[in-house]
Amino acid sequence: MPLNPLQTLVMILAVAAGCALTRFLPFWLFPEKRKVPPVVRYLGGTLPPAMMGFLVVYCLKDMDLVASPHGLPEGIAIGCIVLIHTWKRNVLLSIGGGTAVFMVLTRILG
Amino acid sequence: MSASRQKMAMALRAAFPHTLPVLTGFTCLGMAYGVLMAGKGYGPFYATLMSAVAFCGSMQYVAITLLIISFDPVSAFLMSLMVNARHLFYGLSMLPRYRDMGKLRNVLIYLLCDETFSIACTVAPPPEAKPAHFYAVISLLDYFYWVAATFLGGLLSSLIRMETNGLDFVLTALFVVLFLDQWQRKENRASAIIGLASAAVSLLVFGRGGFILPAMGSMVAALLMGRRRLCR
Repeated sequence: MPLNPLQTLVMILAVAAGCALTRFLPFWLFPEKRKVPPVVRYLGGTLPPAMMGFLVVYCLKDMDLVASPHGLPEGIAIGCIVLIHTWKRNVLLSIGGGTAVFMVLTRILG
Repeated sequence: MSASRQKMAMALRAAFPHTLPVLTGFTCLGMAYGVLMAGKGYGPFYATLMSAVAFCGSMQYVAITLLIISFDPVSAFLMSLMVNARHLFYGLSMLPRYRDMGKLRNVLIYLLCDETFSIACTVAPPPEAKPAHFYAVISLLDYFYWVAATFLGGLLSSLIRMETNGLDFVLTALFVVLFLDQWQRKENRASAIIGLASAAVSLLVFGRGGFILPAMGSMVAALLMGRRRLCR
């Protein structure tokens, strides 16, 4: 535990505050009677798929393509998730299967 | 049994089956979170506290790395804003559904997460239950699953040694799955590619340390520029 208890508590509150703000802001900005402008409605529809793309890249940011194993475990595991998920559409199976493949590959290739 | 109690029980019976996939998913991801936190020296108490107070799955995983670098709450706050920015759009979508919720309104907003959002915006409350109760039961069940799983993960990992190397890939896997679910709808594909591309290009240009803001900025800019074409 690199931080002391008080620092940890402050960090937890900082994370919680940032998150709570994103949850409450739309309800503060657009109280029940106010009309939502079209631009905001448009972003409300298009940002969720874009954010998922961003988050996939975010998770892979520490991957090193130059050094061995050249991002192979990540690439193969993601390929497996795409196959399993397109085939079965079972969230748990896709996540569990992909993670298992990744853990095995990092031990073989790592 | 009083009338209000009976109504609540009815809401519970109607809502519980819808939360079953979340129960399985959160048991996995929540326990993995508890285990990972314990691996960095943060026992079940801190892991559970984070889950109970912040309740933001993916950002909690990101925060593990923040908790081991240095004490920097400002960065943690900003990072949490960025990573959770998607909630803004969940909120916008839930504005009409979370209307007239009375005292429960703030609870519903505080507990709005990806999974609760996906259920609450696809399933309509049944006629025999009050909508406020129905939505509240979904939110509270999902919240309980997450917090309980975190505690369990933290507890088990300190009792037995677990092989966790590579387990954090569950998060990557989760987002790949959510991405594929978005991809299924044809009208989402252009936005999904914009998200992937703006993040990947920003990562190449700015490096892993400072690519989040440019990625978000270029993403919103690209979406706005394509508005006429992507407009639905």
